[in-house]
Amino acid sequence: MIIGTIVNGVVIDHIPAGRGMELYSKMKLDRLECEVALIKNAPSGKCGKKDILKVNEEIKINYEILGYIDPRITVNIIKDGQRVKKLHPALPETLIDVIFCRNPRCITSVEQEISHVFRLTDRENGIYRCVYCDAQAEKKEK
Amino acid sequence: MRSLIDILDLSREEIDDLISTACDIMDHPDQYSEICKGKKLATLFYEPSTRTRLSFEAAMYELGGNCLGFSEANSSSAAKGESVSDTAIIVSNYADIIAMRHPKEGAPLVASMKASVPVINAGDGGHNHPTQTLTDLLTIYKECGTFDNLTVGLCGDLKFGRTVHSLIAALSRYDNVKFVLISPDELKVPDYVKDQYLEPKNIEYKETEDLESVIPELDILYMTRVQRERFFNEADYIRLKNRYILTPQKLVPAKKTMKILHPLPRVNEISVSVDSDPRAVYFRQTLYGKFIRMALIMKLLEVQKK
Repeated sequence: MIIGTIVNGVVIDHIPAGRGMELYSKMKLDRLECEVALIKNAPSGKCGKKDILKVNEEIKINYEILGYIDPRITVNIIKDGQRVKKLHPALPETLIDVIFCRNPRCITSVEQEISHVFRLTDRENGIYRCVYCDAQAEKKEK
Repeated sequence: MRSLIDILDLSREEIDDLISTACDIMDHPDQYSEICKGKKLATLFYEPSTRTRLSFEAAMYELGGNCLGFSEANSSSAAKGESVSDTAIIVSNYADIIAMRHPKEGAPLVASMKASVPVINAGDGGHNHPTQTLTDLLTIYKECGTFDNLTVGLCGDLKFGRTVHSLIAALSRYDNVKFVLISPDELKVPDYVKDQYLEPKNIEYKETEDLESVIPELDILYMTRVQRERFFNEADYIRLKNRYILTPQKLVPAKKTMKILHPLPRVNEISVSVDSDPRAVYFRQTLYGKFIRMALIMKLLEVQKK
């Protein structure tokens, strides 16, 4: 499958297979006017299969979301057809409005305007807890 | 400007200072009787409370200050749909410090993010209740003289019992404290509490359903109520509410120096016939609660004895 070369934009690579669409939604890429390509189940030497997102425009990247989905994701910044930077998002300390608290006893369940904030409490196991009620975020699907 | 949302917002040294101040207030109440003159405490209580609200108000009055507020959500703008954030901003214009109880977990934290005065969490659902923990700590200190080397039994609802979680967090910072967690399987201490406070420090603890078998080991027996309001299912509440009832007979094998604490209100988990036992300190505990809240209000208002 051939996808056109990006001149100025971003290639988000090594997305775990099957999670490209989730990332597409969370990053609100549907709102962009430019060309966006989602490649599913591309062959990968490292992990067998992967998803890739290509955006043919310079966009502001939310590294929190990328790090939360999988810190092995890579971000390639493309300028004039050349990769000028390759970045690895880390597991973020805080997630704001990336995931949502499901605890019916949490204040966020009744006050809609409050941001849903989660803090990384266990880096080794990637566990996040709601800052308001301490409820553990539901585990990501691997 | 400081708020108190979680007991761990205070360092061990700060807690020791609060206890020291509370003890001084108990010894010299006259020296503190006008220390907060001209200051106002707003008690914003969105769910019922007797001890906590009254002890906050008594604390402020005994410091020479005044109080305003509401004692149920229906008598506040919450009934009209006002958010906690908006209420906090508005009340900051009328009071110098806020004590908030709310049925939703995290509400006092939200208030503290918007208020321009200190906010004290006076209980947020089944989550945190730091001033109860301060009360418990002062009680233990006054009754036992130390926090170190104690074996602390926590009995009853250890799942929804917010006082239990905060007390474990606070006591886990002292030396060689052991915990005995006594509850039915359905009301065990949540894993996150053990993972956060006990496991990382290798603190010795055991879990059991049988109070009688462990009572001889305990220096402190902290009883809790199975709280009807924490259950979505009435049948579960009825099945579990009478699981532990402390009677004089059950206290026979306990140490003569053991102290019985309870955050109150009790329903039937401590028989009234235990009240006259010298080991029962739960009514004195409520008095200690007033003194530690006086010390806390002073700290957050940054006022000191002259």
